[in-house]
Amino acid sequence: MRRIRVIPVLLIQNGGLVKSIKFKNHNYIGDPINAVKIFNEKEVDEIAIMDISATKEKRGPNLTQIKDIAGEAFMPLSYGGGITNLEEVKDLLYNGAEKVILNSCALDRMALISEISKQFGSQSVVVSIDVKKDWLGGYKVYRNNGSKKTSLSPVNFARQVEAAGAGEIVLTAIDRDGTYKGYDIELINQVANAVGIPVIACGGAGEIADFRKAVKEGHASAVAAGSMFVYASEQRGVMINYPKQDRLINEFFTKI
Amino acid sequence: MVVIVDYKAGNLISIQKMLKKAGVGEALISGNPRDIEKATKLILPGVGHFDYGMIQLQESGLIEVLNKKVLEEKIPILGICLGAQLLTRGSEEGSQKGLGWIDADTVKFDKSKLGQKLKIPHMGWSEVRFNKEVPLFKDMPLESRFYFVHSYHLVCDRLEDVAVTSKHGYKFTAGLIKDNILGMQFHPEKSHKFGMQLLQNFIKYYK
Repeated sequence: MRRIRVIPVLLIQNGGLVKSIKFKNHNYIGDPINAVKIFNEKEVDEIAIMDISATKEKRGPNLTQIKDIAGEAFMPLSYGGGITNLEEVKDLLYNGAEKVILNSCALDRMALISEISKQFGSQSVVVSIDVKKDWLGGYKVYRNNGSKKTSLSPVNFARQVEAAGAGEIVLTAIDRDGTYKGYDIELINQVANAVGIPVIACGGAGEIADFRKAVKEGHASAVAAGSMFVYASEQRGVMINYPKQDRLINEFFTKI
Repeated sequence: MVVIVDYKAGNLISIQKMLKKAGVGEALISGNPRDIEKATKLILPGVGHFDYGMIQLQESGLIEVLNKKVLEEKIPILGICLGAQLLTRGSEEGSQKGLGWIDADTVKFDKSKLGQKLKIPHMGWSEVRFNKEVPLFKDMPLESRFYFVHSYHLVCDRLEDVAVTSKHGYKFTAGLIKDNILGMQFHPEKSHKFGMQLLQNFIKYYK
């Protein structure tokens, strides 16, 4: 049986855990450390934490908070937000993060991907690519937490970051974020088929059937979700949750 | 005293924290030969390029003391991930010689045997099979699974040194054990109760 990673993505804004809809309307969920403790008990595969205030506030990662979070995470942890140099990456990796996630910085200074990859291995550098369809129906990469459009196509950008040494890609469809409408399979398929590194599908997951589709039809190597793991349902009542192993095995791993 | 060998190649704090959570006491993180000299057990972690790891070990001046502790005093050592690969004679990833404590090599995943769906690195959770009846695997839950991140894997000369196998496209050696020398390709410190049990066993049963 092939196991696929199922990854909760946790957003941090002003130190608290939040969840967005289409990268807007951030709703306060709670204390991130508490959430990680619960995810730990639920034996989640991996956790991705993104500090969405960092780049906006022009500051680096909050190392104190990351240390506290990593101390409770007995599963792989990746961290993104505000990273601009190798020194910050080193601090993160030596303080409990397995991987760093680059977004805006991957666009500004692609050389950092190579530097990280050379020193710490390509497995430690993840590039997150946020994508929206423009009015012509073509996909474009967005930056600064989805607030600025670029002229890049996700396929071309994905190929560039792979060549630079990225170990994997988190691919998020902005318009699906928080909607429970399922992943953008076409987008995932385009990017996953264009690169040799793992592509993690993100944005829109509402049920386990969506994970299956992302892998079977989109050829994603792993799946990520936010709302599904911090809300009880589409009514958005806060409840940190994660599917039990037998459900993942019966409804996902054995069906792909 | 348990010493987690610090040669500036990886995430050491996670191992220290997992040992604490496992209730087997404090471990010292140190790259000082004098601390390693006093160690009763060693953990050799590591993430990154094979050559980088070996060069870091050499530059930290640790190879001599490690050879003495492991080969002469025969204290237990557990290599993790790159740390396990460094126990071998060498790796296809680089040109540096490994520690060569065990008759094994480190080779790249054979892409031609992976099929279309599987990628390199092998990244994620995989179930493992324990091939040896040794204390390290005592009380391990059925269907134990561990977190892996690697592009290269171990190959032992002798089948009896193969302690754990797993599958990524094909069956590969995920752990090797020869007397006091143990190496695991996966990350027990990031593998929930499975990793906790394994680390607990290492501390409890290996003297």
